[in-house]
Parts: sequence; structure tokens; C-alpha cells
Amino acid sequence: MGEVRVEHLVKTYGPARALDDVSLTFPDGGFFGLLGPSGSGKTTLLRAIAGFVAPDTGRVIIGGDPVENVPVEKREIGMVFQNYALFPNMTVAENVGFGLEVRKVPGADRARRVAEALELVQLGHLGARKPHQLSGGQRQRVAMARAIVTQPRVLLLDEPLSALDKALRVDMQIELKRIQREIGITTIFVTHDQEEALTLSDRIGILKDGRLVRHGPPRAVYDDPQDAFTARFLGEANLFSGTPEAGGLRLADGALIAGCTSSTAAVRPENIAITLQEPEAPNRLQANLVQQVFGGAMGTCILDWQGESLKVIGRDQDMQGLPEQGPVWLSWDSAKTIALNG
Amino acid sequence: MSSLSARQDRIRAFTLLSPAYLWLTVAVFLPLSAMVFFSFLSDVPFGDREWHGTLENYQEFFQTSTYATLLWKSLKLGLMVTGISVLIGFPCAYVLAKVIKGRSREALFLLVILPFWSNSLVRIFSWAIVLRGNGVLDFAANAVLPWDVRINLMFSPTAIVIGLVHSYLPYVILTSYLALQAIDDSLIEAARSLGAKRRTILTRLILPLAAPGILAGAVLIFVPVVGSFMEPRLLGGRRGTYYGTVIEDQFVAVFNWPLGAALSFILLAVVLVILGAFSPILRRART
Repeated sequence: MGEVRVEHLVKTYGPARALDDVSLTFPDGGFFGLLGPSGSGKTTLLRAIAGFVAPDTGRVIIGGDPVENVPVEKREIGMVFQNYALFPNMTVAENVGFGLEVRKVPGADRARRVAEALELVQLGHLGARKPHQLSGGQRQRVAMARAIVTQPRVLLLDEPLSALDKALRVDMQIELKRIQREIGITTIFVTHDQEEALTLSDRIGILKDGRLVRHGPPRAVYDDPQDAFTARFLGEANLFSGTPEAGGLRLADGALIAGCTSSTAAVRPENIAITLQEPEAPNRLQANLVQQVFGGAMGTCILDWQGESLKVIGRDQDMQGLPEQGPVWLSWDSAKTIALNG
Repeated sequence: MSSLSARQDRIRAFTLLSPAYLWLTVAVFLPLSAMVFFSFLSDVPFGDREWHGTLENYQEFFQTSTYATLLWKSLKLGLMVTGISVLIGFPCAYVLAKVIKGRSREALFLLVILPFWSNSLVRIFSWAIVLRGNGVLDFAANAVLPWDVRINLMFSPTAIVIGLVHSYLPYVILTSYLALQAIDDSLIEAARSLGAKRRTILTRLILPLAAPGILAGAVLIFVPVVGSFMEPRLLGGRRGTYYGTVIEDQFVAVFNWPLGAALSFILLAVVLVILGAFSPILRRART
């Protein structure tokens, strides 16, 4: 076990910078989600920690030991691959036991630990099967068991749930979290699914073009994204740009976002109220309702404001009084205004 | 309705397969049938020769130990050439499939295929020029080494093996390459992440997964090498008498087609028995 730290990691592929001076600490026993669009460098960062990618410069420290010059097989890591990478020529038990076999753990001890690991992922009865006889969710569990049975210092997950269908993915998220809590291993996982990252992680890091844009606990990052990219990438956000003045942010149509001192403000779609009458709230503006999308308990309204598209999400019952289209008022609490840099 | 469409499917399948069946009939079934027929005759049924049905040709194989000895010699040659080809070919295939990337892989691939595109007779005579005394190899060795060496490999079993390995190596490289190519790199990465060293990855993962390809290549080599006659004759000279050359003699020199045909079918039977004995291993490798 232990803390994982990367310092000033740089990795270039030709002219492209896959990692551009990334420094980050992954706390001991934490569940850290690395998030970013494709090509943001999140997988490169994970593979650099695993040892499959040699950084041009920078350090990788696992449990206090610098490992830049340690090959993958000696880094004491556990890794779950996107396609699970189960060995097709071995049974489930042989797959799980492979890491122990390599470490020359004696047979009886090995069998016991394999059984324990399979029990942990609730597949105790499937040890004799071959991987091709398993469902996607079961393969995922075997891959987990195989990665943790050697008691690695860090568990690395590369988009572990992306190959599963939606319902199974939600189940596995809960399962993954349970397993991680039970063994308390430092876990780093890569995903492009922001919901998955918010659900699973106690800390997240957001990468863009090889740079670490933002990191912290999911709620803190969500509530205070600080820049437009993070605001839009993590959750959804309506962005308003204008000129800051004494009372707040003056928008192009004359509306004022009270108390906002920066030139760009973001408001989450779920924090905006839609009314037909002009409300009393300090932050209000008039927009044109373009479309209502019914989504069961929650509904989505698409609006046009000064040629820009806005989105509001609310309970369906609150939206029933609205017309299909036409002018409406939007308002929100000043506390829900997110000031962004730049 | 469903039986109608099932019938239509069958008709369509038959139509699509008919060229293949026609080809098999003309190219495989008819000539083989003719040879089976010949093998039971007392003489070739051409011109005004007298002939009648007999089992004598098959009996002749068992009457003297000559044929069995030669067959054993040929089987040993087959094993040796197959073994050497796999030992050379598998590492080549591994390098091609897993180490080299991009354009240089295509270039190397071309070099592997190249022997296929040259005439086998030309290939064998080229080897004769290289291997004979005062030949290319002799000359090159003397140019490099300070002391006087005589290299004359011509008309020796070594020359035959060299020629055969060169001819058949591409088969094992190609089949191994395809098998190795199918092994996902993430499997190797997973094994490394679990702490496996190169040797473990090779023996526990790559070799078992590539085994079907290696075996397929081995079979492709073993079968024709056991019956080979050109390399033994041209590179082996006086010592190049093998089972294949005896069969060739029956057809070309002695004009005893029935005996040649019978010897061919005995060879076919022996090869089939050997492959049959190995088939459980082949089948296990496939799962």
C-alpha cells in the first residue's frame, strides 16, 4: 500500500505533448479518478505510473520509492485493463493465481488466496471456468481479483467499466467501490465518463491536452470548477460572459449577475428556475424557450438567450405550466453563481 | 415457408460452393483416384502392355527392408527440417509480430515471402553454388579467417537440410506470425503488471497461445519434406536417396508407375497416422 506521487511528468510523442508537466499526489487508500476528453493524456499518465510509458522527464514515486527506473514487473502494481486482458488459455483460478505463481507462492497458500480473492468478487464458484465462458461483468470481476490478489501497492484501472452495458455498469460501480473499501488499496482509475468519476472517486483530477487542469474532491471541483473547461466537462454549465462592474457582471442584454466579479459566470442547469412572470430574484434574465424534453421525473428545457443555447433541468411537475415555446424568465440564487477565471 | 427458404439457402450455398467442389474434383479427386487405380495394377495400362489387378506393389514394400529404411530416413529428415524451421521461424515471427512496427515490418515481410516467388530449381542450384568446395561459402570463409579452411557441404545431408529449411521456412514464419498477431498486447502487459518476467510470459502465455499456429506450420512443412525428392537429389547427390527420390524414380526412370503409386499411398497412410496421433494435441491447443 502507499501513496503515489508524480512530479513534473513530461512525455512527448513527436511534436505532441501527451503529458505536460503533471504533478499530482494520489493519497494512500484513496480512490482517485482521472478524467478528461480523449487525447487529454489521462491514459498516458496511468501507463506512466504502471511503467508501460517511460516519461521523458519527471518522477514517479510509489509508496515512497522512486520507480522511474523500475520495470513494470517489479513495481508491485495491480492493473485492470479496458478489455480485461484475461489469459484465454488459463482457467479463472489460474488467471487469478498467475501473479502468485510468478512470485513462487506455494500451492496450498496460493489456492487459499485465489479462493479468497474470488470470494471477494463473489465468483467463488467459477474458478474452473475459462474466460470465454464468462459474461462481461464476470470477466471484469476476475480481472479485479487477479489484480488485487498479489496485494499490490497501487491498483490501476484503465476505463474498467466502459465495455459493460449501462445497467451492469452501475452495479459494477457499487461493487468496485465496495471492493476498494474492503481492501483499502490506493486506487487510480481512468475514465471519460464524468458521472462514473463523480460516483466512485474521493478525489478527481481533470486533464486537458496533457495538463492537469484541476483536482480535488468531486464536490469541491463540481461546485467550484474555476474555469470554463472544467465547468463544462464536469457536469453541464450555462456560461455567461459580460463586463464586470461595481454591482456584478453586466451582460449584453442589460441583465446583471449580482456579486459576480469576474467576466465569465457559470450556472448549473439544475440551479435555474423558469417562470412566466418576472421573478424577484437578484439574478434574472429573459430567454426564449425553444424546446422541452421530457425525461421522466426530470425534464430539460432548451432555451435561446442572445443567440446562445442555454439548458435548464428541473422536476417535470415544475415545468408543466410552461408553454411549448415562447419568452420566459430565468432566475437563480446568487450562491449558485459560479465565477470563472478568464 | 421456412422450409422453402431453407431449401433456397441450400441451393444458394451449393451454387456458391460449386466452383470449389469442381476444382477439388478435377485437381484432387480425379488424379488421386487414378493413382489408387494404378497402385493395384501389375503394369502401366498404356499402349499394348499386359496388365491385371494385383496387390504385389503393396507387398513389395514389406518384402524388403529397403523401403521401410528409406521411409524412416525420410521421416527423420522431415522431423529435423521441421524442428530447425520452427526454431528459426518462431523467433523471426515473434520479432515481426511483436517487436517491429510500421514500414520496416512490411519490408521484412517481403524478404520472408521472397523465396516463394523464386523458382525452386533456381533456389536449389544457387545453394549448390554456395555450398560446394571452392564455392561462395568456402571463398568467404577463407577471405575472413586467417587459416586455411575447406568447406565443402555439397552432396551431404547438411546440404539437403539447408536447402529444405530455406524452402519451407516461410510457412512456419507465416503461420506463427498470424497466431502471434492475434495475441492482444494487453495480455502481455497484464502478465508484466502481475510480475511475470519475459521467460514466464513466453512459456505460460505466448507459446501456449501461438501453439496452434506453430503446429499448423510444422504440419505444412513436415508433410511435403517427407516426400521431397528435388532437394535430396540435387543437393544430396549419391547420398541423397530418400523415400521421395525412390518414388520419383519409379515414375520418371524405371517407369514402374504402379509401384510408385503404391509407395506414395503408403507414405500418405503413414503421414496420416502420425497426424492422427498428434491431433489430440492440436485440438487441445485450439481451445
